[in-house]
Amino acid sequence: MKRDNYLKLEFPSRSANEALARASVAAFASQMDPTLDELGDIRTAVSEAVTNAIVHAYPDTVGVVWLRARILDGEYLEITVKDKGRGIEDVDRARQPLYTTGGEDRSGMGFTIMESFTDRLRIRSAPGRGTTVTMQRRIRRKPG
Amino acid sequence: MKVFSSYDNGRLTIYLHGELDHHAVRGAAELVERLLGEYLPRDCVLDLGRLSFMDSSGIALILRLHRRLVAGGGRFWVENVGAQPLRVLDAGGIGRVVQIAAAKEAKQA
Ligand SMILES: Nc1ncnc2c1ncn2[C@@H]1O[C@H](COP(=O)(O)OP(=O)(O)OP(=O)(O)O)[C@@H](O)[C@H]1O
Ligand SMILES: [Mg+2]
Repeated sequence: MKRDNYLKLEFPSRSANEALARASVAAFASQMDPTLDELGDIRTAVSEAVTNAIVHAYPDTVGVVWLRARILDGEYLEITVKDKGRGIEDVDRARQPLYTTGGEDRSGMGFTIMESFTDRLRIRSAPGRGTTVTMQRRIRRKPG
Repeated sequence: MKVFSSYDNGRLTIYLHGELDHHAVRGAAELVERLLGEYLPRDCVLDLGRLSFMDSSGIALILRLHRRLVAGGGRFWVENVGAQPLRVLDAGGIGRVVQIAAAKEAKQA
């Protein structure tokens, strides 16, 4: 039953879908009985990953963003955000706080926030092929 | 996302209501710019008491406002920050640059 439940979403890289993406994952995660802080962290991490796909992966076109959320071992929420956009040349550099190719409008803190709000962040990317961001966050079972 | 404001004696207070993400930030930034141009305040306060969500897009807006006000010889700070926006500002280390006051309910977190 819910130990292997999952959610899959596919949507065009339009910014109006950012709110939809984080609300959908939050609704999915609610079956794990998260605290308000845990839910806030999940919404934020999803928003960062999805915004990156919309802003950086497809800067001049509308592409497709794939999102999956699933429950692992009953108490881990795994979130995967995938694009087939521009890709990242140097992932280690992109993960550095304040590193951005986005200019004034961006702060370069997205990956730093994803990292501090989840227990595990993995980024796989190939220039010209796309990027897959996978995050895991433990949602402890509540007693009773 | 909605933007409200009040002005008193050289100080402009800007209230953000709703969710501040990449989708909302452009419109919010435009409204804020318009208010700054209209009132030419010395000091500016950003009140986030009714902001239910913020991500790194909000950090960029806050840092930009801070730079602007300080460049004009004024002061800028952020007030009434709820639990979720506070965690984002903390993760970004923004408190080292901009003065941030948490909302009462968010403080113990
Ligand atoms: N999906 C992606 N496709 C291509 N490049 C990406 C992707 N995600 C991130 N990047 C690159 O990594 C950099 C760092 O990303 P990060 O989210 O940390 O900061 P940012 O998006 O630039 O700013 P912020 O998230 O604070 O608004 C980006 O500026 C961009 O160059
Ligand atoms: Mg980002």
